[in-house]
Amino acid sequence: MTSSISAPAALGRLLPVLATTLVFIAGFLVCASIYPNFASMRVVMNLLTDNAFLGIVAVGMTFVIISGGIDLSVGSVIGFTTVFLALAIERWGVPPLVAFAMILLICAAFGAGMGAVIQYFDLPPFIVTLAGMFLARGLSFLLSTQSIPINAELYSHLSDYALRFGAGARLTVPAMIMLAVVASGMVLLHLTRFGANVYALGGSRTATALMGVNVNRSTVLIYTLSSALAGLSGIVFSLYTSSGYSLSAVGVELDAIAAVVIGGTLLSGGYGFVFGSFVGVLIQGLIQTYISFDGTLSSWWAKIATGLLLFAFIAFQQLTLHIAGRSGRRPRLATAGAAQS
Amino acid sequence: MNFKAVLLASALSGALFSVGANAAELTVGFSQIGSESGWRAAETTVSKAEAKKRNVNLKIADAQQKQENQIKAIRSFIAQGVDAIFLAPVVATGWDSVLKEAKEASIPVVLLDRDIDPSGKELYLTAVTSDSVHEGKVAGEWLVKTAAGKPCNVVELQGTVGASVATNRKKGFEDGIAGASNVKIVRSQTGDFTRAKGKEVMESFIKAEGGGKTICAVYAHNDDMMVGAIQAMKEAGLKPGTDILTVSIDAVPDIFKAMAAGEANATVELTPNMAGPAFDAVMAFKAKGTVPPKWIQTESKLYTQADNPMAVYESKKDLGY
Repeated sequence: MTSSISAPAALGRLLPVLATTLVFIAGFLVCASIYPNFASMRVVMNLLTDNAFLGIVAVGMTFVIISGGIDLSVGSVIGFTTVFLALAIERWGVPPLVAFAMILLICAAFGAGMGAVIQYFDLPPFIVTLAGMFLARGLSFLLSTQSIPINAELYSHLSDYALRFGAGARLTVPAMIMLAVVASGMVLLHLTRFGANVYALGGSRTATALMGVNVNRSTVLIYTLSSALAGLSGIVFSLYTSSGYSLSAVGVELDAIAAVVIGGTLLSGGYGFVFGSFVGVLIQGLIQTYISFDGTLSSWWAKIATGLLLFAFIAFQQLTLHIAGRSGRRPRLATAGAAQS
Repeated sequence: MNFKAVLLASALSGALFSVGANAAELTVGFSQIGSESGWRAAETTVSKAEAKKRNVNLKIADAQQKQENQIKAIRSFIAQGVDAIFLAPVVATGWDSVLKEAKEASIPVVLLDRDIDPSGKELYLTAVTSDSVHEGKVAGEWLVKTAAGKPCNVVELQGTVGASVATNRKKGFEDGIAGASNVKIVRSQTGDFTRAKGKEVMESFIKAEGGGKTICAVYAHNDDMMVGAIQAMKEAGLKPGTDILTVSIDAVPDIFKAMAAGEANATVELTPNMAGPAFDAVMAFKAKGTVPPKWIQTESKLYTQADNPMAVYESKKDLGY
């Protein structure tokens, strides 16, 4: 993705992602030095499995935030998806694969609807997706307030299937799906016309329109992608727990936004990387793992640590913007400017 | 009592073991739901104390009411190679795959306070829970004994409609008074397990029952509602504990204060000590391979004014209720 840019400029562009990755590696090394069992494939694989649903929505959220928007509905869409799947498979007798296809279509349509409202009525994404969040959560409660177990054979096959490496380390299906989504997300964002449009939209809508990009279509597609990925994340979540529950994944949208920002994406849009968001997810998982390894800390420290990290990364971004501003560059080219100075 | 005997046996063998092998420290990971209620907080405090008593290294992960956090915590307990895992499940379903992982790693899992979906019976060592039907029954039997054959009209403050605890405590109480034709439930309404609602419903009961003159006893599904009801009775000029008998469930500190003041008569304890019997079961299992029964029922102890309520209050007030 950086082949067309000179080496120092590429390094500058990647600075926030590098910083995030370094924080993750440093954190992991610190944990490994404290707890002997930490530095194992098992812990690494657990990080992937346990955060798979978050990783998948974080990829979608990266697209939305780079385009200058926000999607608050994803957590509720996950919850709705798990309940829908449980009911469809257990009560209505729909084969699991058909149910998967149905829910992905429903979620994509839901996202397209939100994107269309945002674009054609010129409404702030915050409000539209907030409405979407209430709508999806409300709908899932309407379907069922109970936690419904899913006993379909496919589910037990999928949740038992894993590639095993040595002592207890397993690359599970949710983890594989997440890795695939991260990889495809990177290709889509960095190597396609659609991806270029996403960056352009985050820079300036008017300029993008003037460039001849179909802004309407792009915006609708971005929210469609985010909701469809939330649906996929819901499928993964239902695999993870083999059940559907209307209260599942409450607040995941905020975790996803945090992961994206920690991963170096600018909340104002126009700049960011899918890989950064992936590492942002892993950092949050790492903090949680540390806390359960410790066993005496309140789990709320995870939130505090995430908050502090967010703050640190935003300060870091502002600093690079400031340096870029002094060298007379436009803010969104900040890191390129920083690299030249 | 069959269960009590088993409980006692496992407690004894656990005690023997801990005396014999003090140096062999056991590490137990406890995935706690959260701290949504006073009882839950007390359970955490008591678990820590019980672990210390037995020289067990207890690691607690608070899941903030989220199942995904509990699954994550269990996975990292397995990765740490703990000796046993305690789980207070936030929902009944969805534990199969993570518990299978624990089983594969030969780490016994003990459920605390709540059971999981039946399909996983072979996936855990035992479940330590109270029997909420039995709790209601103990309350009912106390009232039958106390009424001593005299006619007694009971008003009932139910818990949240549809909550299994409320359904069970209602059923248990009805079972308890079934043999006594003199004790009758005349009114029954939900007070949502809260003080405010308990007070409000009691006020309407008092109005409906001629200023409370025809009420002989109040049964509340939890102590909080009873504390509210006591307030309502006092405001209506009645003497709770003398004019109207009270019996409720949970044994939170505040009800002991009311009992010490003579304003409440009896409470049935939902013990916050689920971890104690669980530690004993795990220790016996680790030491001698003793397989505990699938269900260890905790004792539903009855407390009355004769049990030195002030002393109980003192011992409970710092547990975090």
